[in-house]
Formats: sequence, C-alpha cells, structure tokens
Amino acid sequence: MALVEIRDIHKKFGRVDVLKGVSLDVEEGEIVTIIGRSGSGKSTLLRCINALETVDAGEIRVEGERVHARMRDLKQFRQRVGIVFQAFNLFPHLKVERNITLAPLLTGRTDKTKARALAEDVLASVGLADKIDAWPEQLSGGQQQRVAIARCLAMAPHLMLFDEVTSALDPELVGEVLKVMEAMARQGMTMILVTHEMGFARNVADRIVFMHQGRVWEQGPPAKLFANPETPELASFIASAK
Amino acid sequence: MNFLPLWRYQNQLIDGAIVTLELTVVAALFGILIGVAGAVALNGRIAPLRWLVRGYIELFRNTPSLIQIFIVFFVLPTFGLKLPAFEAACVALSLYFGAYSVEIIRSGLDSIPRSQVEAGQCLGLSGWQVFRHIVLPPALRNAYPAVTSQFVLLLLGTSLASQVAADELFHVAGFIESRTYRSFEVYAVICAVYFAMAMAFKALFALVGAAAFRWPRRR
Repeated sequence: MALVEIRDIHKKFGRVDVLKGVSLDVEEGEIVTIIGRSGSGKSTLLRCINALETVDAGEIRVEGERVHARMRDLKQFRQRVGIVFQAFNLFPHLKVERNITLAPLLTGRTDKTKARALAEDVLASVGLADKIDAWPEQLSGGQQQRVAIARCLAMAPHLMLFDEVTSALDPELVGEVLKVMEAMARQGMTMILVTHEMGFARNVADRIVFMHQGRVWEQGPPAKLFANPETPELASFIASAK
Repeated sequence: MNFLPLWRYQNQLIDGAIVTLELTVVAALFGILIGVAGAVALNGRIAPLRWLVRGYIELFRNTPSLIQIFIVFFVLPTFGLKLPAFEAACVALSLYFGAYSVEIIRSGLDSIPRSQVEAGQCLGLSGWQVFRHIVLPPALRNAYPAVTSQFVLLLLGTSLASQVAADELFHVAGFIESRTYRSFEVYAVICAVYFAMAMAFKALFALVGAAAFRWPRRR
C-alpha cells in the first residue's frame, strides 16, 4: 500500500477548475517532485493532501486513512504530515526555540523538561543550533526557512510537503535550504515537493510529476522525463525552465 | 490669580480624581470585554449576531456620549432600571468604549495573515490553541496603540459624567468654583490634573507595551 494514495480528485475555486481528476501514489521513502507552470494546480494539490483545502470529488488517503472524511481526527493527522510554505510562516512573536517547541508541547508530544533538547536536536539537523535563542526577524530568509523545516521535524512527521520553499529566497540562500532537504531525502523521509528548482528535482527526486491544466500530464524518473519528454507541453516547459 | 483658596478643597479634588480613575478603569475593562466579544462575533458565522454588533457600533459611535449617559441615567428608570450616577456613567461609558474597541480589536485580529493560522493548523493545533498562541499576541500588539489612545480619550470623556452628578473631577471642580468664584484657578488646576493623569497613563502604557511586546517588528 502506498503511503499517499490520491484518487481522481477534483477541486474548483468558484468557476475555475483547478484540479480535474488528479490521481497519484507516493510510496514510503519516495521523493516526488511536482513541476509545472503557475496555475497548473501544484500547490492546490499539496494543500488538499494536508486538508488545507477541501476536495469536490475523489479521495486522498495517507497511511490508509481518508483525509477529508475524518475531519474530527484532523489535528492528529496533521501532526504526522509536515508542510513547509514558500513564506516560511514562522511565528514572529516567538523565539526560534518556542517556534519549534510550541506544537510538541501543546499536543503532548514532549514535556517542558525535554523541549529545549528537542529544539536543539532538530536545529542541529538543519545546521542552526546557534540560533535557538534568536527571534525569527533576526534570521536571513534561508535561515528562517530552515527553522520552518526544523519546526516540522520536531513533530516527527511521516510525510513532508514542501510548497515552493525556495521561491521567496535570494539566489545565494537557496542552496542552504536545498542541502537540508537533500539530507532529509538521504535519511529516507517521504517527501512531496512543489519546486521550480529543476536541478534539485533532477538530482534528488525519485520521480517527477509534471502537472498541466489541473491534471497529471506526465510522470516518470527524472533522467527519462528530462531527456525524453513525451508531450510537447513538458518539452516546452523544460525548455522554458532552462 | 490666587490659588490659595483652593487649598482647603484638596481632599475633594483628590477624591474627584480617584472617582475619575475608577470610572475610567471600570469602563475600559468592561469596554475591552465588549470589544473582544464583539470582534469575535463580527468575525463569526452567525449573521444576526454580526448585524446586532454592527448596529450597536454604529449607534454608539454616531451619537453624543452625553446623550448616552442621559439615556442610561434618566430614561432607563422609566423601564424599571434605576442606577446611581456613578454606575449609570460606568454603563454608558463602557458601551461607548466597547463600540470603539470592537473595531480596534477586530482590525488587530484581521491584521494577522491567514498563513499564520494555517501554519498553526498544519502543526496539529486546535482552533483555540491557534487563536491563543499564534493570533492573539501579535493582534494585541497591533491593536495596542489604538486601544491606549482610546483609553486616554475615555479618561478625558469621563468629565461628561458630571452632568448626572457623578462625583468625578469635573463635577468637584464645579462645586469648588461655586464656592470660591475662582474659575480660572479651579479649571487650571483640574486641567493640570487631567493632563498629569493622561501623561502618566501614556508613560505606563509605553512601559507595559515594551515589556509585553518584546519581539522585533517586521523589517
């Protein structure tokens, strides 16, 4: 059984069909990168997986559980699925340590005596152990994004979703975030990424999914997809991304 | 100009200033409670409640607060609710302060980006936990300057309670003036007292704000 099973989901915003029957499986430990033009439905798909958006039809299962049918268990479900956003979304009024430990403490995953050690652990894994007492506003964009990743890791998720996490960063800061994600990939984390970083997608992903007009247009291993796109839409997209 | 005749009324002036402070603090506390409840209702899903709160805001922000005090003190007794002057002024000023607080607190809550709420939800927090730990602290910071300004306006506005004979500072001043005929001296003194109280509150709010909202502002 795949860790994530997406079956024929449809999603409309008003009259706009954003997702028009998307189906996708993601195996445990797999790294799937979703690429496509703006408006192709990539981010909406990620938000549907984490139930930030409802779906109009179809179903999504994560670890066998139907996401949108079990709204009462949504809090527990979200503790197992981390999501990192383009805009970091750190809580500006909380220091880095509290940003990381807030959810583990409030959800009972850790207690006060172990919270600081947990923050130190996850910060070390993203190379920011020395920033534990900083305010988010005192960090660079890349550092804030790494803290956002650490904040998710503190919940020990089974699946990580990344929504264009490098798009808001200055070019010189992109590398430090991608390195952290590569390290997570090596450790076997199941990851679904929406990204415009074609180099990263090519080198790290197990599978590339190209979305176009709200559908999965083409998918396959990076080497095959980038070398021999089967559809003119993907060929054109790859050419424009170079 | 001779301030000496006022000296024997110093206790009345102090008592009047204390009543003014009590009126201000009580009205502000109830007004903020009304403000939070009204802001939550305005952002809520129950349409009749939203209309009710909206009607309340418009009514109290677009009518003179002196008339509001008169209605509570002179009109409510005809419906069987008779309140002493101080309590009547408290009720009217709480409703007046509450009407402004609703909008101020709501704008504070609305200033928090939706993405902050989503980030909290995505960490598995409940709606209350997200509100309490993620939305409320920065919303309060954003609303704080406007709430404190409104508080000072409320302090100055308590002088209206003199018109229903509440024993606050302005009412005491009228009494002293009628006994001493020293209009300039009496009103100069209470003007200085109001000014001192307003400046003291401003300084206090600045200290409280600096202690409570320590995180750096967004660049």
